Amino acid sequence: MENSKNIFNEDPKSSLVKVLDIITTMASKPSGFIGLAILIFHVTLAISSPWFAPYDYKAINPSLMLNAPSSEFWFGTDSLGRDVFTRTILGGRTALTITFFGSIIALLWGGLLGIFCGLVGGRIDDIVMRIVDAFLSIPWILAMLLIVSLLGTTTEVLIPALGFFYGKGIVRVARAATHDVIAKDFIVSAKARGHSNLSIIWNEILPNVRDAILVEGAMRWSWMLLGFSSLSFLGFGVSPPTPDWGLMISNARGLMSFAWWAVIAPIVGLSSLIIGINLTADAFAKALGIDRSTKAPV
Amino acid sequence: MFFLIFKRFVLGLITLFIVSLITFIGVEILPGDACTSYLEREAFGEALAACIKRLGLDVPAHERYLSWAFNVIQGDFGYSLSGQMQINEVLGPRVKNSLVLASAAIIIGIPLALILGIITALWRDKMPDIIISTVAIFSMTIPEFISATLLILIVAIWLEWLPGIVIVPTDVTFFELLPNIILPVIAIAMIMTAHMARMVRSSVIQVMASDYIQMAILKGVPYWKMVFKHVLPNALLPAINVVALTIAWLLGGVVVTEVVFNYPGLGRLVIESISNRDLPVVQALGIILASIYVSINFIADLLTLMLNPRLKTLQTRK
Repeated sequence: MENSKNIFNEDPKSSLVKVLDIITTMASKPSGFIGLAILIFHVTLAISSPWFAPYDYKAINPSLMLNAPSSEFWFGTDSLGRDVFTRTILGGRTALTITFFGSIIALLWGGLLGIFCGLVGGRIDDIVMRIVDAFLSIPWILAMLLIVSLLGTTTEVLIPALGFFYGKGIVRVARAATHDVIAKDFIVSAKARGHSNLSIIWNEILPNVRDAILVEGAMRWSWMLLGFSSLSFLGFGVSPPTPDWGLMISNARGLMSFAWWAVIAPIVGLSSLIIGINLTADAFAKALGIDRSTKAPV
Repeated sequence: MFFLIFKRFVLGLITLFIVSLITFIGVEILPGDACTSYLEREAFGEALAACIKRLGLDVPAHERYLSWAFNVIQGDFGYSLSGQMQINEVLGPRVKNSLVLASAAIIIGIPLALILGIITALWRDKMPDIIISTVAIFSMTIPEFISATLLILIVAIWLEWLPGIVIVPTDVTFFELLPNIILPVIAIAMIMTAHMARMVRSSVIQVMASDYIQMAILKGVPYWKMVFKHVLPNALLPAINVVALTIAWLLGGVVVTEVVFNYPGLGRLVIESISNRDLPVVQALGIILASIYVSINFIADLLTLMLNPRLKTLQTRK
């Protein structure tokens, strides 16, 4: 919106100042502040935890099985005698990394394909949207489980697969946002000046639909994290002994009647991260003036 | 109006046709065919030959697709690999169990979501709204397997009120199933209700801010009469599509909840068939879940069309 005011495209503010402005707006409400704080805490923890983890996350010790929380083991030990505190602070690293890169892939292909379809319209648009609709109607979990069980649970499989399945929803959002600006004068005049489709997408449409796509991407990130943890929980995500919250919850669940600490610690870790990302995405959407609450889970 | 419905119907059929192509091609291009992935290390010699013969993998792919699609249209999904029985027999009781679970969650969830959504909208930013909205954010963001695990830990293990996991055979009767579904229904209804209540809330708030409601207030229409006669009919119309999407999610996306509670529904069949690498069943599930999604969306479109007089006179809609 600001771009259309400055016809000479001279930004009064540098992009860094704009980003800081948005973050300040987000943090000015309590929910946004809490969300940002949780997210920053988790990212810092994920980056720094290998340096201060008190024990070896994969050291199995039968004599320490299912110890209750104590001054020695803050969160107790699990059924194989591993320190739950160590595994909990390391447990978000894989999930955060995989879903972060997965979201970027989803944003890139979903956003660009959506803008392209919105711009060209016609037969190509019809065909692509039918295929996207078909993919939307297949439950993601069925497709993900099939791919992972046949191709393996390595990072090289998980990142593109998650990126693909969470990008199809972005196609629709990007296409709708493009339809909103496509009839505006500056697009018509760019077409009249004879600009190529690529130049119109990059210079005219992208600055105008960027906000809507970024908000959608932030939302997809939290859904993807939820999806990835569900895969881990079902045994189709990371492979043991890698510490991961979903896997830890699924392993500790059977023994939770005597060792509740081994299941509560990863639950707190994963829930707080997902709530943090959600609150941040909400605040981000509000700071950019987009209402997120009318969306259904897809 | 009739043309619109017909167009929607044809689009739904086209979507389903593409879904059938995707599920077929997807299974085809992933490494290993149905027989080698199912038999794994025993995939050689007579066992492999017999399996290939039984599934007809020796004919070219396009012929196999045609005969498969033709049978599916007639309601025949072929044979399951692991159970050595017809897929229809495997599916029957699972569909019934999932329907029981889904209907219970819908019967509880929709009215509750309407009430909560309206309360939060009318007392916007006041105490009731802040409390309900905060709880809603928690229950819709926390993964199903966490809320389900916590429910089991608190209600079944610490308080010992209800059984924690469902231990019934797949072909259980309806009344034997009933006490077992309370916890799974709560786990599912929580997420569903939160999503729908949020949608109802923002929809009611939007209508409350519109010109005709301002007009009604200025005319002096009594508050509750205005809410029920002017606000709700307009606010609930757009909610139909979200309810449809939520129900579709419910039927396909309860996989994790069913696994946590060991519930013998379609969701657990998804995991079982994938763990057993029973690809014919996976294909059948893909088609069935996609058909449910498409038909629920179609019904929602129909309802919106019938309830919205403005759309009746429209000939085309984008």
